[in-house]
Amino acid sequence: MEENNKSTLKVSKIRDGIVIDHIDHGKALKVLSTLGISGGEEFTVSVLMNVKSKTMNSFKDVVKIERRVLKKVELDRISLVSPGATINIIKNFEIERKFKVEIPDSIIGIVKCSNQNCISNNKEPVSAEFRVESKNPLILRCVYCDRTMIQPEICHKI
Amino acid sequence: MLKQRDVVSVDDIETDEMFAIFELAKKYENLLKSGKRISDFESKIMATFFYEPSTRTRLSFESAMHRLGGSVLSVPEPKSSSAAKGETLADTMRMASAYSDIIVIRHPLDGSARLASKFSSVPVINGGDGSGQHPTQTLLDLYTMWKEFGGFDKLTITVLGDLKYGRTTHSLIRMLSRFKANVNLVSPDTLKMPEHVISALPKNFKVNVTGDLNAVLPKTDVLYVTRIQKERFVDPNEYQGVIGAYSINLETTQEMKKGSIIMHPLPRIDEITPDVDETVNARYFQQAANGVPVRMALISKMLGVN
Ligand SMILES: [Zn+2]
Repeated sequence: MEENNKSTLKVSKIRDGIVIDHIDHGKALKVLSTLGISGGEEFTVSVLMNVKSKTMNSFKDVVKIERRVLKKVELDRISLVSPGATINIIKNFEIERKFKVEIPDSIIGIVKCSNQNCISNNKEPVSAEFRVESKNPLILRCVYCDRTMIQPEICHKI
Repeated sequence: MLKQRDVVSVDDIETDEMFAIFELAKKYENLLKSGKRISDFESKIMATFFYEPSTRTRLSFESAMHRLGGSVLSVPEPKSSSAAKGETLADTMRMASAYSDIIVIRHPLDGSARLASKFSSVPVINGGDGSGQHPTQTLLDLYTMWKEFGGFDKLTITVLGDLKYGRTTHSLIRMLSRFKANVNLVSPDTLKMPEHVISALPKNFKVNVTGDLNAVLPKTDVLYVTRIQKERFVDPNEYQGVIGAYSINLETTQEMKKGSIIMHPLPRIDEITPDVDETVNARYFQQAANGVPVRMALISKMLGVN
């Protein structure tokens, strides 16, 4: 019993950092990899997978990262992996700010075009660029070759 | 208007601009017939970059520029020059815009013309990119229909053949979707129009996808036939079967409605038998010839002299 309490405490409280909540279940590791976190870092990372969500009768993943801030491009990446994710910014054990990630209207340099014959996959000084044609379901259209991409392909190409 | 703008996709041309191009093309057609010289473009230079061979398209563009009185710099095989040395298309376009007033590019990669337009400081015309767009082909296709029928509303256009790889059909459908045209897409299952092309059409524009040509032929005003390439089939017997089912011959024309026409972007192989050439329906040679005045009109609008 005591052992269990200790571990609960460990994952539920962080001093400074971020809690990414309501990640689609099974996507926690993908969220970490899109943030470039592999586990070899100096800071503590907690991963909870397949947690029963309080509000919905479903499962979710949660990721807690100490001493880490998120850049805009990283929030955009998370939004593509798990559009329902919420971000809690923690300062001194308190939630300083809480917000939902939002899929931007255009995606530049995050997703690679799935069309192998697309010029953006060639050695040219441009990043892959997409217009978000629909957010739910997510549909991206390549600015160069006009092809569309949907999940789970988008996730694979991040 | 189109002055100093790029034409990469048919979306780059507004409907009123398209009709303005048609009116000007008609003028040029008459001027060409009269044998008058045009000299408005004497100081203008067009550079053509054909990274894949297409003699027909290249000659049509170059002829158009010469007919306007301008000159042409042609890089017939860019593969053997800059690209082979590892130069990016971006750099080639930056360089080329210093030497010319307008650039035509044809390239095997999808989206290459869009990229070219980002790096060129002079207007770029897409002469066909990968399996993507070929907007000037669409302009001359629609010009051919416009000359025949005066418009597109209520017109029934049946597009036949390789709708998967045939890029001319993709741009064609996209442009037709601006009008109240009825479109039938007839192809074997393996060569159907890709979903990404159909999903990009306006929601209220309905196309009829079918494999049965005979069912739609009697109501068709324009039968637009495309080339079916043998290379697309793994099984040569399947190719023979498709050609057998979809080739247009004298008998087919007898099923067609009065005043209807047959078009083809050329070159045709087995899709239309030679005996159709002499029928009242055949328009494909005129269609190809229309390429020159239409491209003259487009270049003229883009350079902004007219
Ligand atoms: Zn692409």
